[in-house]
Amino acid sequence: MAERRNWGLVAEFENPARLLEAAQQVREAGYQKYEVYSPFPIHGMDNAMQLSGSKVPWITLCAGLTGLSIGVLLQWWSGTDAYPLVIGGKPLFAWEFGMPVMFELTILFSAFGTVFGMFGLNGLPRPYHPLNKVKGFKKATDDAFFLSIEAADAHFDLDASRALLEKIGGKHVTLVEE
Amino acid sequence: MAGLHHKSFTDEPRLAPAVVKKAFVTALAVGGVGLVASAAALAMGDEVRRRFFFSYLAAFALVLTISLGALFFTIIHHLTRATWSAGLRRIAENFAGLMPVVAVLFVPVVLGIHELYHWSHEAAPLHDPIIGHKASYLNTGFFIGRAVFFFVLWSAIALFFRRNSVKQDETGDTSLTFKMRKLAPVSTLAFALSVSFAGFDWMMSLDPHWFSTMFGVWTFAGSMVVCMASLGLAALWLTKNGALTHTITTGNLHDIGKLMFGFIVFWAYISFCQYFLIWYANIPEETAFYLHRLEHGWGSMFKLIVVGHFALPFWFLMSRHVKRKRIGLGLGAGWMVLMHYVDLYYVIMPSNPDLHGMTFHWLDLTTLLGVGGIYVAFFVRQFGRDAAVAHRDPQLVASMEYDNA
Repeated sequence: MAERRNWGLVAEFENPARLLEAAQQVREAGYQKYEVYSPFPIHGMDNAMQLSGSKVPWITLCAGLTGLSIGVLLQWWSGTDAYPLVIGGKPLFAWEFGMPVMFELTILFSAFGTVFGMFGLNGLPRPYHPLNKVKGFKKATDDAFFLSIEAADAHFDLDASRALLEKIGGKHVTLVEE
Repeated sequence: MAGLHHKSFTDEPRLAPAVVKKAFVTALAVGGVGLVASAAALAMGDEVRRRFFFSYLAAFALVLTISLGALFFTIIHHLTRATWSAGLRRIAENFAGLMPVVAVLFVPVVLGIHELYHWSHEAAPLHDPIIGHKASYLNTGFFIGRAVFFFVLWSAIALFFRRNSVKQDETGDTSLTFKMRKLAPVSTLAFALSVSFAGFDWMMSLDPHWFSTMFGVWTFAGSMVVCMASLGLAALWLTKNGALTHTITTGNLHDIGKLMFGFIVFWAYISFCQYFLIWYANIPEETAFYLHRLEHGWGSMFKLIVVGHFALPFWFLMSRHVKRKRIGLGLGAGWMVLMHYVDLYYVIMPSNPDLHGMTFHWLDLTTLLGVGGIYVAFFVRQFGRDAAVAHRDPQLVASMEYDNA
C-alpha cells in the first residue's frame, strides 16, 4: 500500500472571535496556504486574513457586456438581415424595443457569470477533499469553527505548526492525510 | 476590529456654532438675493411672470423631492430596524423635518395656479371636454385641499420621527426607538399614496390631457436619487468639519454611494418603462407628451438625461474605490443633484405655452438659488440646535462598526 502523504493540519476553535484572532496570528507567522471554515461569514475576517478583493465582479462585468452585445446583435441581425418583417409599423430595429431583451440578457449572463465564476475561483465542484475525512469537521456547516494549514505551505513544519495551532487556542489539532 | 474590540461613541455630537453660523448666513444670503431677484420678474409683463412660476416650480420640486426622499429614508430605517443607517439618520430627519418650510415655499405655486395649470381656468372644463371629464378631481378647491392635506401629513410624520429622535438624544430612552418602529408601517403606506398623488397634481397636471400611471413611481424614484445624493453631500460636509469622523465612517459613505447607484438604476428602469410603453402603444393622447419633448430642441435635453442621469453615473459609481473616496462620492452626489434638477426641468418647463422650443432664462438660475438657498439655510440651522447625529440611538455603535465593503 502506497504511503499516504500529509495534506496538513486542522484545528477547531471555540467561537468566531477566537477564529478571527487565530487567522491573524497564523498569517503573522508567515503562512500563506491556510484556510478558515465557519458556518457563516465573519465580519473582519477578510481583513484578518488580508484577502485581496474578489475577482468575481470583473467576471460579472465581462459576462454582462457579452450578454448585452448578444442582445443587440440577436435583434439587429434577425430583424434587419435574416428575417426583415415590419410588425405593428415599427422599424426593423430600434433601441426602444430592443432594450428589454438587451437588459434581460445582460442580467442573465451576469448572473451566470457571477455564480459559475465564483464556482470556478473556488475550485468547485470538488467531490473529494481531505478534510471531509476529519471526524466532526461537518460541524463547520453548523456550529464549529476550524482553521487548517496545508503541508504545501513553505513554512509548514509538522511539529512547529502543531505547536502554533495549540498555542493560539486550537482544540483537537488533527493531522490530515491526502 | 469587529468582534474583538467594540467601538464607542467618542465624537462631539454637536457641530461648532461658528461652522453652522457661517453656512447658515451664506445660504440665507444666497437664498435672499435669489428670491428678491426672482420677485422682480413679477413686475416685468405676463410672459416673464409666467416664466417665473414655471422656473419656481422646477426649483420647488427639487427641494420637495429631497425632503420626500429623506422622509422615506427615515421611515424605512425604522420599518426595517436598520442598523447601518443609525449614524446618518439625523441628516435625513433634518431634510425631512424641513417639510413645514417646503409647505411655505409652496405658497407661490398656489398663487401662480392660473399661470401654471390651465385646467384651473373657470372656462377650461367648459371648452375642453377632456378637462371637463377630469373636473371633479382637477379643480382649484380640491387641488389646494389636497396640497394642505399632503403637507400636514408629511410634516406630522417627519416631525414625529425627528422629535422622538432628538428626545432620545437627551433621555437615552430606548423605548422611543420601539415607539418609532411601531408607526413606521402605516407611515410607509401613507407616504406611498400621497407622493404619487402629489406628483400627479403638481407636475403631471401641467399637461392635463396627458396621463401616465407610472408618474407616481417616477416621482418617488427621482426623490430617492436626490435624497441619497443630498445625504452624501451633507455627510461629507459634516465630516469635513471634523466633528463626526469616527461616527460617519468610510463604510457609511460607501453604503450611501451604493444606494445612490441602486436608485439611479431604479430611476432609469422606471423612466424607460414610462417612455417605452408610450412609444410602443403609439396612441396620440399619450405620445403628445414625449413628441413635444423630443422636438424644438428639447430632444437634446432628453439625450443629456439618458447619458447624464444614467449612463455616466452608472459607470462612474460602479467602482467601490470611487464610492469610498470623498472626492469620488462628492462628485457623483453633486452631479446627481444637478441631473435630478434637469430631469424635473425637462418634465415641467416644456409645458409652458409661451415657449417655442428649449430656451433658458435667468429666472431658472435665480429661483434655483433662491429656493435652494432658503432650503439649505433652514437645513443647516437645525444642526445649531440639535446634535448632528442620533448619539444615544441603541444602534449607533453597531452602525459605526459595520463596514459592508
